[in-house]
Amino acid sequence: MQEATVPFPFVTYKIGKNQQYIISILLVSLVSAICFLLSAYIGAQVVAFILLLELSIVAMFFDIFPVLLTAILSALIWDFFFLAPRYNFGVGDTEDRILLSMYFVIALINAVLSFKIRQIEKVARRKVEKAKTLKLYNTLLNSLSHEFRTPIATIIGATDNLLQEPSLLSAGDSKKLLSEISVASLRLNRQVENLLNMSRLESGFLQPKKDWCDMNELVAAIIHQLGDQLTNHTVETDINENLPLVRIDYGLMEQVLYNLVYNASLYTPENTIIRICATCPDGNLEIAVEDTGAGFPEEEIGKVFNKFYRLKHSRVAGTGLGLSIVKGFVEAHNGTIDLRNRPSGGACFVIRMPIEKLYVNKQANG
Amino acid sequence: MGNPQILVIDDETPIRKLLEITLQSNGYKVMHASTAREGLLKAANYSPDLVILDLGLPDENGHRTLQKMREWSLRPVIILSVQNNEQDIVSALDNGANDYLVKPFRTGELLARIRSALRGASMEANMPLIRFNGFEIDLSARAVKRHNEFLKLTETQYSLLALFGKNEGKVLTHQYLLREIWGPEYTSQLQYLRVFIAQLRKKVERDANRPEHILTESGVGYRFVAGEP
Repeated sequence: MQEATVPFPFVTYKIGKNQQYIISILLVSLVSAICFLLSAYIGAQVVAFILLLELSIVAMFFDIFPVLLTAILSALIWDFFFLAPRYNFGVGDTEDRILLSMYFVIALINAVLSFKIRQIEKVARRKVEKAKTLKLYNTLLNSLSHEFRTPIATIIGATDNLLQEPSLLSAGDSKKLLSEISVASLRLNRQVENLLNMSRLESGFLQPKKDWCDMNELVAAIIHQLGDQLTNHTVETDINENLPLVRIDYGLMEQVLYNLVYNASLYTPENTIIRICATCPDGNLEIAVEDTGAGFPEEEIGKVFNKFYRLKHSRVAGTGLGLSIVKGFVEAHNGTIDLRNRPSGGACFVIRMPIEKLYVNKQANG
Repeated sequence: MGNPQILVIDDETPIRKLLEITLQSNGYKVMHASTAREGLLKAANYSPDLVILDLGLPDENGHRTLQKMREWSLRPVIILSVQNNEQDIVSALDNGANDYLVKPFRTGELLARIRSALRGASMEANMPLIRFNGFEIDLSARAVKRHNEFLKLTETQYSLLALFGKNEGKVLTHQYLLREIWGPEYTSQLQYLRVFIAQLRKKVERDANRPEHILTESGVGYRFVAGEP
């Protein structure tokens, strides 16, 4: 069903087409009834102006057909109830005949003009939206082509070197080139994974498959997966070993924590601390990932979860997808994620989500 | 016994080439097939010691190929899956695949999976002792020793550890573990498994928060790795 947006000063809401017809008829009847009650004091011409005013207001908000209905209905009502001879569709003298036809024409022009203006507005709005999409698309292309081209360039360059006359390269150089290829392909793989996750989110079909998970286990698995990436950092975990089991989508939450810890390891200096805490206050699961790096620029904190957003002075390359995936996956669990800078320095991401939990005895002799 | 023979069924030439070079340089004999039809034919005619099967073949769904192969062969099958699609992997493992690898995989991982699958196939049913990292599981006495001292385990903890020991290096799905230890009606009660894994890790891992033996396979199950004997 086609719907009209009402530009009400404070709230915008939509009115269905059928309701527009009903409201139009009711308004015309109401305004006419008031005019009828006052007809002892005001003449037919004034009533015509009041009805035209009512029509103009309706035309500002409603679609063309309800407006046309209002125009015709108000003309008929004016003719029948107000124009002499009253209670009759017939028109007395020539002057009144001219008045009635002019009323008709003005009402129609009014309806058509407001409709046209609204059409033009719609086209303009669409243009703005298109420009916005195009800008987003360009940002995406720029960041993606950079993120993909860099490792691809490394791989092509290094393999070209390795495939040429072998005598030109020392064994050490060959090994260096090979390890460059290895790093570049892992980086490519990471970006492809981000894109796949993003498209899972964008498809709108992301349904968390929840089952019982042990947060201790999940965090241990992430630290294990990140392996070498964390060699220059100290990773601390603070999770009560008797934390209840929680019902979450293991795969999604694994991605969430992986991205957060991976980011922390990328963007903080060597030898700093990354801390992962999990608690179950009330009916919630609360996970915090903190670091002792430089933190985020305060003015950019609100934007870091936006798709493709990159910190203005970032030294590390990236697509700006990681944190938006984190947010999307957390929201798929009906949770929220907040970022703040810690008073003592460093960033702190806090995830809160409503959770089903199960208290169990995880002690070895249970 | 000569060098084990491996059949690679994958439609992507680069992957076949890569696997051929990797496997041959590690002492395996390699055969390949690019379609399910050709693969089944070669598996039947040459009875290779191990099959590496890609799930996304052009002429047939890899799950179907696996089922057909399992009708007449118990040789180990390692499946290759291109996405990290856990449901796909779990269903292939439940259909009789021995292990899985997700493309892109690391060579070390591939070789470890192959070794473990081949070892499982040649393992005799009668192997009462399993040793790892200072531990000794005595299957005949249903006892576990750590550095020659008996370890106190509950019945369930022991069954789980023994099952892991017997399937060293091999991924075991949640459903499989639940069915084997608790029974077929418990296959969806993941919470039981989570609890006992946590308990067992406290017993056998140096640091239960950094497990080295009982490894989590995301969304699929667990893999027991013995490490140094």
